[in-house]
Amino acid sequence: MNALAARRRHPAAIALLILVGLLVTGAAYAALAPKPAQASTVSADQVQQGKKLFQANCSTCHGLQAEGSKDGPSLAGVGAASVDFQVGTGRMPMTRPDVQAPRKEKVVFSEEEIAAMGAYVASLAPGPAVPDQEFTDGSKGDPAKGGELFRVNCAMCHNASGAGGALTRGKYAPSLHNVSGKHIYEAMLTGPQSMPVFNDNNITPESKRDIVAFLHSVDKQQNVGGMALGRLGPVSEGLFIWVFGLGIMIGFAVWLGQKSA
Amino acid sequence: MSTAAHNASGAERLRANDPEHEAPVGGGLRKVGGVAGWVDDRTGAAKGVGYLMKKVFPDHWSFMLGEVAMYSMIICLVTGAFLTFWFVPSAGQVVYDGSYLPLKGVTMSEAYRSTLDISFDIRGGLIIRQIHHWAALLFIVAINVHMMRVFFTGAFRKPRELNWVLGAQLSMLALVEGFAGYSLPDDLLSGTGLRAAEGFMRSVPVVGSYLSYFVFNGPFPGESIIPRLYAVHVLLLPAILVGLFTAHIVLVAVQKHTQYPGPGRTNDNVVGFPVMPVYAAKAGGFFFIVFGVVALMSALVTINPIWAYGPYDPSPVTAGSQPDWYMGFADGALRLLPGFLEFTAFGFTFSFNVMIGAILLIPIMYGLITLYPFLEEWVTGDKREHHLLDRPRNNPTRTGIGMAGIASYCVLMFAAGNDIMAIKLHLSINDITNMLRLLFFVAPPVVFWVTKRICLSLQRRDRDLVLHGRETGRIVRTAEGRFYEQHEPLDPYTRWHLVQHEQHRPLELESGVDENGVAAPNARSQRLRAKLSRFYFNDRVEPVTPAELEAAHHDGHHVEAIEHQEPGGAPLVEVGSAPAGENPDTTEQRPGH
Ligand code: HEC
Ligand code: HEC
Ligand code: HEM
Repeated sequence: MNALAARRRHPAAIALLILVGLLVTGAAYAALAPKPAQASTVSADQVQQGKKLFQANCSTCHGLQAEGSKDGPSLAGVGAASVDFQVGTGRMPMTRPDVQAPRKEKVVFSEEEIAAMGAYVASLAPGPAVPDQEFTDGSKGDPAKGGELFRVNCAMCHNASGAGGALTRGKYAPSLHNVSGKHIYEAMLTGPQSMPVFNDNNITPESKRDIVAFLHSVDKQQNVGGMALGRLGPVSEGLFIWVFGLGIMIGFAVWLGQKSA
Repeated sequence: MSTAAHNASGAERLRANDPEHEAPVGGGLRKVGGVAGWVDDRTGAAKGVGYLMKKVFPDHWSFMLGEVAMYSMIICLVTGAFLTFWFVPSAGQVVYDGSYLPLKGVTMSEAYRSTLDISFDIRGGLIIRQIHHWAALLFIVAINVHMMRVFFTGAFRKPRELNWVLGAQLSMLALVEGFAGYSLPDDLLSGTGLRAAEGFMRSVPVVGSYLSYFVFNGPFPGESIIPRLYAVHVLLLPAILVGLFTAHIVLVAVQKHTQYPGPGRTNDNVVGFPVMPVYAAKAGGFFFIVFGVVALMSALVTINPIWAYGPYDPSPVTAGSQPDWYMGFADGALRLLPGFLEFTAFGFTFSFNVMIGAILLIPIMYGLITLYPFLEEWVTGDKREHHLLDRPRNNPTRTGIGMAGIASYCVLMFAAGNDIMAIKLHLSINDITNMLRLLFFVAPPVVFWVTKRICLSLQRRDRDLVLHGRETGRIVRTAEGRFYEQHEPLDPYTRWHLVQHEQHRPLELESGVDENGVAAPNARSQRLRAKLSRFYFNDRVEPVTPAELEAAHHDGHHVEAIEHQEPGGAPLVEVGSAPAGENPDTTEQRPGH
């Protein structure tokens, strides 16, 4: 105790204190700050394989070094998450120029190949990585909280039940039914096309997981009220009542009218 | 068939013979037994009931559209009463703790919570909610189609203009009633609808914000709007609707139903079934059919899944916010109106882009609908009573006007779904909107013209049929070796349908000056009237006259055929008069004849 007291005016003490302070805040920040939810490590082999795949399949539009061309944007800095999302949902490789690359059920590449291309694109410039499974698993989230977040941040484009909606000039926010947790997460992280980026400061990884939980709870919902009519709301209900409701009524009226004499 | 064949004035005469005081119960009712008699001794109701029982209603499927509306309204009333047991009309905030997990722990209004409870926690609640809402949609569909039937057949002509006016008000109030109900559950969609309504009120120049504060009792959304809407929805408007509807149906009974022209059916009688037993059985059966279909629909198809939309909160908006279909045309008008109609002047902002669609459209539309019978009466100068309906083709201009109106309504209604069309058809929403803007101006005239042409051609075909008969496809070779196709003349019953109507001619312009050469005060309006009359009736196809028909029959081979087919010799010349009614149905004389 005495020794410590004696040296507290030592010129090095101040520097030491600053060092400790920095360490503590650094550690605290590292512990408390929203963690980018990263997965997997990368090997040089993988990058090499990815480069080959990329040059064979993507370079016509994105350029040999992914530097971009008039047919496709530069991919520097979009990160592995973006590649995983775009290729994993079948959007890339794009088959023909259009206002928006549509989701395709048939994914051309295997998980491994996608990861390789992701690694290659990530090696060009740092960008968001493929999220850790911990945060893409909806069953760990809170759907009610996710619902609130979804209504505030996403419903204006994707509709309150995730049925999708129209944007200007032929663009659209797609339906979010049966999209995997990973792709939902990556969409928020990378903001494809007209969708804004929701980075980890906007919506923390835990909250993103809540949103995944909400969207998956919507998928799982049996339709308690009966057929859902595409969940398009009043438009499809109106169509239904005019076509079926009125049709059936007129059918019966004609039948009764004929029963006269 | 059990229908009695009363003669023309049977019903009236039966009633006239009723003894004045004792034995107030008519023959049919005595069988019901003591209860009816007991009631009648105290109320004297039998007379009225007997009168109603013997009323005659003509039969046609299109006359049942109004019934569909009536029954769906009744269904709404009954299911609505059920909903009031559990619905809590309050904007007070609570935390949800019911059985719908995705919303557990979310803060929401009591109105929304109670609607969730009705849907998930109250036995039978969801189906009743769905019946209530589907019946509401069907109600308004049926009113609309009923209105079209009345319009296209000219059933609104004297003496039924008053009933047309009542009907138009009913139809408009039904929209308001529906909108009020739609706004009650306080979900994201209905709240967005209310938000829009608040915007509409504010678009009224100068007083807009006062109006909105008055309705919402302060700034939007406030706590008052839901209880207020509730009072309007369950008390005020249903009372007015039921009152107007009663007046409507009483007028139908008093004026008697119109009928389609046909043999034995004249402007002076009604041919059909008496209320008891046939018509009542049919109508009662039809009620159960309507109820059954609505219940089935509600059991199978979701409507307004408010749980999927989430509770209302002024910050979020959802894509695909549409109102129920019947408000679609107003919403569509808003989507089509161009933004440049908003401008600032004298330090005020004038939002005509909103106001025209939201505040003016409905009164203008229903104003035009309400006034139409009076316009037509003025143009035709026809002040007679009409109890026989027009076939739509026989009044091409009216039919054209109606179709043009429907066309513009449809354009507006489709515009409300422009975003859904854009996604489903993979089109640009901007292109769709511009396209619909164009269509709003182009479609009505085109539809008018096409409809009118179709009507005129149909009339020509009718003339042709009457004059030359039906083509049989049988080719006959005469003794001299000539070939001709045998035409089979129409039987008098069919022919009657095609020749019974009269055709208006354009009104001649009165000179416009009085005997002293002074311009008559109404010269201008008379000129307008003559112009309109020409617009209506310049293009016309006259129905076949008896003389024409006779001439046609004397120059062909049809005569033999006719004589061959009808040995009895139908009175061919008398096309103008109905074939004698061997109608099994009851005929009732119209008053004053
Ligand atoms: C036909 C041309 C074409 C081909 C081939 C193509 N892309 Fe694209 N790519 C585009 C266009 C155009 C965009 C931007 C529009 C969009 O995202 O819809 C894009 C966007 C992307 C993005 C998102 C960029 C961002 O800003 O987040 C990624 C990642 C991507 N492409 C990866 C690939 C990969 C990997 C392949 C090969 C498997 C590929 N693309 C093949 C045209 C193409
Ligand atoms: C400005 C409108 C907009 C907002 C806000 C928005 N999105 Fe999107 N979203 C889009 C568009 C546009 C696309 C399609 C991108 C593409 O296909 O390239 C999309 C695509 C997606 C996809 C991919 C779906 C698929 O079919 O693969 C997901 C998942 C998604 N969004 C989730 C969200 C979530 C979660 C939010 C809220 C945190 C959100 N979006 C907010 C416009 C939006
Ligand atoms: C006659 C025509 C009527 C129409 C067109 C009509 C229409 C509607 C509509 C569209 C809704 C929204 C329902 C939903 O999806 O949740 C609604 C709700 C409601 N209506 Fe009606 N209604 C009518 C009559 C009545 C009557 C007479 C009552 C009461 C006596 C009533 C009571 C209610 C209540 C309590 C609600 C809110 C409950 C809920 O939303 O679940 N309605 N109405």
